[in-house]
Amino acid sequence: MSELEQFKKTYFEECSDLLSSAETKLISLGEGAAGPDDLNAIFRAVHSIKGGAGAFGFEALVRFAHGFETALDALRNGDLELDRRSHDLVLRGFDMLSDLVRNSRDGTPPDQARAAAIATELDRWRGAAAAPSADPSTALIAAGTAPAGTLRRIVIRFRPTPDLLRKANEPLLLVRELKSLGRLEVIVDRSHLPSLDALDVEAAYLAWTFILETTADDSAVRDVFEFVTDDAQIEFESEIIADAPADPAERRAAGAGSLVPSAANASPTTTPSAAPVERRQGDRRSGERASSIRVDIDRIDRLVNMVGEIVITQAMLSQQVGQLHLDNYTGLAQGLEQMAQHTRELQESVMSIRAQPVKSVFARMPRLVRELATSLGKDVRLEMVGEATEVDKTVIEQLSDPLVHMVRNAIDHGIEMPDARIAKGKPPEGTIILSAEHRSGRIVIEVADDGAGINRERVRQKCIERGLISADQVLDNDEIDNLIFAPGLSTADQVSNISGRGVGMDVVKRNIQELGGRVHIRSTPGQGSCFTLSLPLTLAVLDGMVLRVGADRYVLPLTNIIESLRPQPAAVTSLVNRGDVLMIRGEYVELIYVHGLFSIPDAVTDATRGLVVLVEAEGGEKVGLVVDEILGQQQVVIKSLETNYRQIDGISAATILGDGRVALILDVSGIRQSAQGRRAAIEPNLRLAS
Amino acid sequence: MTRRVLAVDDSKTMRDMVAFTLKQAGYEVVEAVDGSNALTMLAGGPVDCIITDLNMPVMDGIQLIRQVRADPKHRATPILMLTTESDDTKKSAGREAGATGWLVKPFNPEKLVQTVRKVCP
Repeated sequence: MSELEQFKKTYFEECSDLLSSAETKLISLGEGAAGPDDLNAIFRAVHSIKGGAGAFGFEALVRFAHGFETALDALRNGDLELDRRSHDLVLRGFDMLSDLVRNSRDGTPPDQARAAAIATELDRWRGAAAAPSADPSTALIAAGTAPAGTLRRIVIRFRPTPDLLRKANEPLLLVRELKSLGRLEVIVDRSHLPSLDALDVEAAYLAWTFILETTADDSAVRDVFEFVTDDAQIEFESEIIADAPADPAERRAAGAGSLVPSAANASPTTTPSAAPVERRQGDRRSGERASSIRVDIDRIDRLVNMVGEIVITQAMLSQQVGQLHLDNYTGLAQGLEQMAQHTRELQESVMSIRAQPVKSVFARMPRLVRELATSLGKDVRLEMVGEATEVDKTVIEQLSDPLVHMVRNAIDHGIEMPDARIAKGKPPEGTIILSAEHRSGRIVIEVADDGAGINRERVRQKCIERGLISADQVLDNDEIDNLIFAPGLSTADQVSNISGRGVGMDVVKRNIQELGGRVHIRSTPGQGSCFTLSLPLTLAVLDGMVLRVGADRYVLPLTNIIESLRPQPAAVTSLVNRGDVLMIRGEYVELIYVHGLFSIPDAVTDATRGLVVLVEAEGGEKVGLVVDEILGQQQVVIKSLETNYRQIDGISAATILGDGRVALILDVSGIRQSAQGRRAAIEPNLRLAS
Repeated sequence: MTRRVLAVDDSKTMRDMVAFTLKQAGYEVVEAVDGSNALTMLAGGPVDCIITDLNMPVMDGIQLIRQVRADPKHRATPILMLTTESDDTKKSAGREAGATGWLVKPFNPEKLVQTVRKVCP
């Protein structure tokens, strides 16, 4: 890649970072939750983008960024206020900027009309475009131009102030520069030089007269003094000595005149204490400038996989060692024990590299909510909880779409119009709570709204119409609610064009399932609904209990396990159409026979002869799994079943045990749903202890 | 003797380009991402010239200029500010703080070299 291409690549990566971070800050600004630092950061983002764009000649981008930057500068200086309207304008500005960056990167034509429109709005927000203030140095350069090529004699009287030296402007360098332009004579004026004992080393006492004969034009000569005009008294006289076509006196008059340090007519002096102090020294916003390094995601993936393999190998070794008589090999045992620990730490570290907070996905939501609510004429407030909850990067990428659909659904179908809400005695403003947390070894995301809840009759009717259920089929409320995920249910009138693209909840559910996840809705008519989306932490290490059923091995996540027991015959009862239940501590717990679920031959079928492992599903429901034997506790590496085979209900993933056997990792909630599913079409349900 | 320049800018693109251009022109370049980082770099060894953006997080250009000027070792080190045309107030503040000269962004590589040579040949 050529140097230039490499720079461009860096630039676009930087733009991407700047834009997303600016948008996040902007959103928190909209909620009144940010400070001046954020305004500065937002300004700087546009400033940097503009700088690079100028360097690469992306004209449309520079032009737009320039106006945008000016407005943001005024904003951060307190000259402008951020109300709802201007906040929206700034957001749109960032959208435009983002699009222009993309155009520059892809070489596609920019939408000039839109850019111009937003630019005009920005200008109007800012007030009349400020006239560019006179730059003293340009004044110096603009005055008295004479054509180049002709030999002229330029006399410069130059008296620096102490300030000039303070700014490390070196008169000697000026002299040298003048010398490079032609023949130079220097006359020094020492008249102001005091005696040595009165000498102040910081002061400037010397002055010079430069007589330069040059063919360079006047502006080139004035340029030499570009940086020092403020800090010196300069008199400039230029006369043509060869070919004097015009009146020399006139020309001299035009070029002469002392140029007093123009501090007087410059912009109001900003004394150091008045200058905007953006940061106190040493004040670091944690996370803002945390040092970081970019790594290709492929490398990390490979690293994660390799570490996973190490964990498996280490487990195998441990098992082998466990079978040896180690009296003579205590060192070996200890060494392996240590290795197990280090491997575990290594795995946790590596996992955390790829884990990202869901914040990045949540960040889109406030804007989505605002836009959607506004366009529908509804009033909606979004609360977000648990943004710091981390999940593997690959999962995060898949999270966005389903989340957007659920939020859209909540606003479109859930939250009622403000007057309808008032009529129901609710506040006109609807609330949506978006939350994320780790639960039972999975990540659980909920979208809860205080809207109308699901219209069960309507859903039921639609399903009957579409032949998804029969008219006489009896379903409990929960089952009816979750019919919204049924395939073929979403139609034109179910999905308004705001909900977008006609993608129904069934597609959402399928996509989530493909990830090894689950989605479920709970609803209370009149009060609201709650979507619960649960996803595995796919490549996580799992602490599990290894179980035997028949000749097969299964693993149960330890986090799910409450206890295990061998039940007394008296505790196990059989209920009609409900299967076996276990009576334990005053409640009935449903028993699920794992061998039955997965058709495993030669397994223990009598719960009193095997073991019941009491487990807790995501919603807190308890279930008793009947297995043959518990083999032990082990840390396992989760291997995806989907990528190696396909998704199976009741199984979340697979792993390789220390002895090389494949064990399937049980998904408790999935098992429960499967077991329920078998009974769904049959009879009305008895609600058991849950 | 090779002149050493410290380039300070929070934009990596800018830093890359300044470094590249100046190295081609025979300068040695060290980089810093903001004012605070720049001071750390300076503590590690003197430089012959400093080029700094004015808008940076943690410690901006103006602060940096002040800090540098307060250090006797760097009283006479030329400091160039990277400004934008609309940035007059900042530029004045920078001058006030002790900046030697400035470069207006966007600048082309020749102008950069020319300006650096002007204050640090």
